[in-house]
Amino acid sequence: MHELSITESILEIALRHAAEAEAEKITDIHLVIGKLSSIVDDSVQFYWDIVSDGTAAQGAVLHFRRVRIEIVCQACGESYHPEELDLSCPACGSRDVRIVAGEEFRLEAIEVE
Amino acid sequence: MKERIPIVEKILSANDHIAAQNKSTLDSAGVLGLNFMASPGAGKTSLIEHTIKKLKDRLKLGVIDGDVATSIDADRAAAAGAQSVQINTGGECHLDAIMLQGALSELPLEEIDLLIVENVGNLICPASFKLGTHKSVLIASVPEGDDKPYKYPGMYRGVEALVINKIDLLPYVEFDMEYFRQGVELLNPGLVTFPLSCRTDEGLDAYLAWVETEVEAHRRVGQ
Repeated sequence: MHELSITESILEIALRHAAEAEAEKITDIHLVIGKLSSIVDDSVQFYWDIVSDGTAAQGAVLHFRRVRIEIVCQACGESYHPEELDLSCPACGSRDVRIVAGEEFRLEAIEVE
Repeated sequence: MKERIPIVEKILSANDHIAAQNKSTLDSAGVLGLNFMASPGAGKTSLIEHTIKKLKDRLKLGVIDGDVATSIDADRAAAAGAQSVQINTGGECHLDAIMLQGALSELPLEEIDLLIVENVGNLICPASFKLGTHKSVLIASVPEGDDKPYKYPGMYRGVEALVINKIDLLPYVEFDMEYFRQGVELLNPGLVTFPLSCRTDEGLDAYLAWVETEVEAHRRVGQ
């Protein structure tokens, strides 16, 4: 739903770093998206083509790296990767858990020339 | 010649940065900020009206209302006795920290103890954007159905209190409270929950006592 403003943020960050590196053109954008973040790749791609038009990032390829959920149980120390809503510990049943991965939403790298 | 530039930057870092500024603006004025989120029609505005009417003799209240269009909600808050500001998002599905920053500058924060921010009615997008408020409150309602925690886990996971509104309708609609609460417990164990009805006032006192306790606790920390 709000992928437009998010895509504009991605462009802004990428252009800023490219300018700092005195690059002329951005060819690739590497994004890291956790399974728990509600971002739709196709929507970002759709808006990307529109917002990047006429900028140094026009035509850059978006790469999405999806990160699975990783949880560490605070009761028994078990580390696991739940596929379902239920985040409770499969070893001891505790719900005192910490999400250590899966909520990412960041720009990891750009490739420029 | 291609070159790879490593960046470790959160895409919402600009928003997060302004959210932190908003929080310190509220803190320096001694204001507790609550972010009210819900689907459209859950009763956010009704609950805010009740909060204002019942607490206005003891607390000074401010309301910031986010809607895609109109100032109906801010007008209702003002009529109930709060300082209010309307934000029209012009189509955006959520409030963000920048919109809140603009609205904060229109309120006399030094004269306010409790600021309620009424987010855009939506169970998905508002969960992703920090505002700089201190706590988030989700208002669920009985007619929405008991499966909502399972369908909107991101929203249920990220809040500090839950109101279940319209409990006066429980005899008339299929709503399995046990199933609903199991979903909440799965996502947000031990979440403070207030079943209530804005129509009959049932359960309202426990919620109001929680709000007052939070304002008081925040005031003590600030001193």
